[in-house]
Amino acid sequence: MRKILVTLKRVVDYNVRVRVKPDGSGMAVEGLKMSINPFDEIALEEALRMRERGDAGEVVAVTIGGDESQQQLRTGLAMGADRALLAKCEGELQPLTVAGILLEVARREEPDIVIMGKQAIDDDCNQAGQMLAALWGRPQATFASEVQLDGGSARVTREVDAGLESIEVQLPAVITTDLRLNEPRYIKLPDIMKARRKPLEILSVDELGLAAAPSLQPLGYEPPEQRQKGVLVEDVAALVGRLRERGLVN
Amino acid sequence: MSKVLVVAEHDGAALHPGVARVVSCGLGIQPGGLDVAVMGQDCAAIARQAAGIAGVSRVLCLDRAENARPLAAAQAPQLAALAQQGYSHLLGPSTTFGKDLMPRAAALLGVPQVSDIMSVEGERRFKRPVYAGNAVLTVEAPAERIVVATARLASWQAAPEGGEGAVENVVLDVELPDHTKWLELKMPETERPDLQSASVVVSGGRALGSADNFSLLYDLADHLGAAVGASRAAVDAGYVSNEMQVGQTGKIIAPELYFAIGISGAIQHLTGIKDAGVIVAINKDPEAPIFEIADIGLVGDLFSIVPELKAALEDS
Repeated sequence: MRKILVTLKRVVDYNVRVRVKPDGSGMAVEGLKMSINPFDEIALEEALRMRERGDAGEVVAVTIGGDESQQQLRTGLAMGADRALLAKCEGELQPLTVAGILLEVARREEPDIVIMGKQAIDDDCNQAGQMLAALWGRPQATFASEVQLDGGSARVTREVDAGLESIEVQLPAVITTDLRLNEPRYIKLPDIMKARRKPLEILSVDELGLAAAPSLQPLGYEPPEQRQKGVLVEDVAALVGRLRERGLVN
Repeated sequence: MSKVLVVAEHDGAALHPGVARVVSCGLGIQPGGLDVAVMGQDCAAIARQAAGIAGVSRVLCLDRAENARPLAAAQAPQLAALAQQGYSHLLGPSTTFGKDLMPRAAALLGVPQVSDIMSVEGERRFKRPVYAGNAVLTVEAPAERIVVATARLASWQAAPEGGEGAVENVVLDVELPDHTKWLELKMPETERPDLQSASVVVSGGRALGSADNFSLLYDLADHLGAAVGASRAAVDAGYVSNEMQVGQTGKIIAPELYFAIGISGAIQHLTGIKDAGVIVAINKDPEAPIFEIADIGLVGDLFSIVPELKAALEDS
């Protein structure tokens, strides 16, 4: 039976607006509601559906971060993951480092498929899945909107700028999720209770003995330039008048 | 002296209009030379097109059967090998093509990637958006390593035509994996301009209420010669297909004129349009956040306003 590894990142909740700290040293995230990165939730949902329809045996949720990330793993277990793995380390992690750690996890766990969100909604990098696939020497199917498994391969439909592209990848492979792959389930209370008894293993990243990956140095954050609020017009005639004044329409 | 290699996106027939924008970003580094890599099959015509962009020194044409379709698994190793031939920077577009390919190449090169460059602040120093555009982060790429990055197309003007770069065929001795197979591309049938390069875009949101009602926007767009876009809500509701989504996780666009019709203006959508020239918002809710950033707003029922607007434009 196939084994699926799903990565979950702890991020500020999708509905919370984050602002730059006054001194520009970072984002003011203290005390904000934290959740699983929404694209990762879609990744987990897809893995669970694979297991439920008999396409997969075990679903393992993994995250990298401090102890506080256990919260997101427990949520993943409540959603239905069979077990969880925390690769413990402190500080901000960049995608290349994340990919290096996940490679070690992949070597240990030997999954048939790694499903990841296409991007995290904090750093918006959209890199880690592709980087893991490169380091692992395995196929990548990014921005997936449909996944069909067939023996040792997967047919993945990808949301690309031009439309919908389909590719076939041999397993093991890395798949990254787009928004319309599925709609993640809600967690029921009994599942939260059950999740407490599921195994959550903690792995020290230091003990993996990875060489430090080169990284980008953050120099400072600033608020984006704001567009000025314009004018409200009364009716269509006034709107067309304004557009003609600016030479935007005939 | 830095030397930039730009990866050309194309569809097998023509160069993607974004390539000239990535060239613009690359020239912002003030390099000693800027080359363009075209990976394709029978791609000589595309290579000549790239050579016509002002500022391009050479176009390197990697013509081989495996490049018939853009598969990152096959193209990243070629790109990584080529980039190591004396380049300081490897740049691609922040499109689904570039987002798929560039991080794979970066990892093969063992370097981090700078995603979505908005501005160049130095040879290795760039600004990029984070948190759905709620902040702009300045980063410095590590010294003495190749810089791999994607350019946020909406932040860059296209470099003009008029270049006279040389085209060279390059044969790389790189073994390519065969674990990934391209199957098909389904493209919607449309005669309308491309969303990412159109100068006028008409977008609709959930308030349109149905796929059928989007025909109101198609009528207006066709009159204006505009592309049609949509908010995530409208795509999720199934009114239109995915490639029409504008916003943080869809397309980031910068048309001269943008109509947001029945779109409330979630931050994720606004991120996708903040570089537009003039934003027109039509919405029945006067409190909708879209009015905070619109240049011209009209509060009212889109189902009466849009036909009226089309009629008014026809009067000219």
